[in-house]
Amino acid sequence: MSILREKLENSNDTVFTAEFPSIDGGGMASVARDAARLAPWFDAVNATDNPAAHAHTSNTTTAIAMKMHGLEPIMQVVCRDKNRLAIQSDLMGGALHGIENVSLLTGDDVTAGDEPEARRVFDIDSIQAINITRIMMGGKYLSGRKINPAPNFYIGAVENAAAPPFDYRIERALKKHRAGASFLQLQICYHPDRLEAFCKGVAKIAPNLKLIPTVVLVKSARPLSFMNDKVAGIDVPNQTVARVAAAADQAKEAYDLTLELARHALTLPGVRGLHVTDFRHDDSLNSFMHDLGQKPRN
Amino acid sequence: MLKKLLPFVEHAIKKPVWDCRMCGQCVLHSTGMTCPMTCPKTLRNGPCGGVRENGNCEVKPEMQCVWLKAYDRKVALPMPTVWKEHFNELRPPVDMRLQGTSSWINLITKRDQQTPAGWSTQDEAH
Ligand code: SF4
Repeated sequence: MSILREKLENSNDTVFTAEFPSIDGGGMASVARDAARLAPWFDAVNATDNPAAHAHTSNTTTAIAMKMHGLEPIMQVVCRDKNRLAIQSDLMGGALHGIENVSLLTGDDVTAGDEPEARRVFDIDSIQAINITRIMMGGKYLSGRKINPAPNFYIGAVENAAAPPFDYRIERALKKHRAGASFLQLQICYHPDRLEAFCKGVAKIAPNLKLIPTVVLVKSARPLSFMNDKVAGIDVPNQTVARVAAAADQAKEAYDLTLELARHALTLPGVRGLHVTDFRHDDSLNSFMHDLGQKPRN
Repeated sequence: MLKKLLPFVEHAIKKPVWDCRMCGQCVLHSTGMTCPMTCPKTLRNGPCGGVRENGNCEVKPEMQCVWLKAYDRKVALPMPTVWKEHFNELRPPVDMRLQGTSSWINLITKRDQQTPAGWSTQDEAH
């Protein structure tokens, strides 16, 4: 059983997840370096699938490389670039290499990336992909053809608690849960009130669904404005940007903001962990984890 | 003959009103009378995470998100309760072979209800 599943299903421990940096060359040496940096703090780390519609080393091979370096992957599978056949073969490829945690996403549109002229696929949507993964765990492909023995997955998904229509996001979380998702990593959210309403709503109708909100370590107000302007589905309120921009020490203010958001998120019903995105690339990740009461995992 | 004629008639009626894309498996009644195939990602099970703060689409910033419109209509419009109940059902993957055929014929012949042999949902089990 994966560490993530063990902790989320059989303990009350808070889990921490992160994103593995996209691999664009650098070989296994770079994988080893990143794995060594992340391993002390994270239970499982996302192997992304062409994030933000930019081509990188593939999801399955990244997940395998991470595993070789002792890091537990959550293999993401995105619907933008692959049809239903390719999605099922990604999952089977992961299973072949003992990858258990998977996360099924719709994905950003091709227009968000650096090859906006590409054909978008979206043959199936994330909820259909989750349901197909659950079907595969029952020993068959979508076509009905047998898979023997059936693969063993721990299914996750993502949801954006802070994007409209807010009420519907809660129903959609339940829909993903009923399709087969056991955990949800949530999109970056700078509206604590929206996150709170979402978590409370989900805890009511899907009490077994484990929620993992995301926080971001940034160094200044600039990346906050950038996210607000450039990343679809992320809204950073003006007063939040202004608070960091006005501070004498922006790095410290940005850090404090993240810590506040993290602490608040961890008090919410249904929340079982945090997903930490690090845009600072300094030693603040260590202090951040210490401040949240975490000790390095051997 | 009818098989050839009906797609034209259906498109002529549905295109101006719902911007119908002739997927051949019409789900309008269960999606607040809003065609999910007009979503640039053709999502049939709800909105993506990219909906903008003003409710517009991630891909087409000038257009309201199809699913936001669908949800608002589902909440606000006087529609049969069963239609509203169907709003959250897990809609199966589109059968690409039905593209361009008449969903009216596919409805009558129940062709639009055929799913791949392996497809099942937990909702059916309940
Ligand atoms: S914002 Fe709405 S209409 Fe646009 S791609 Fe996402 S779900 Fe489709």
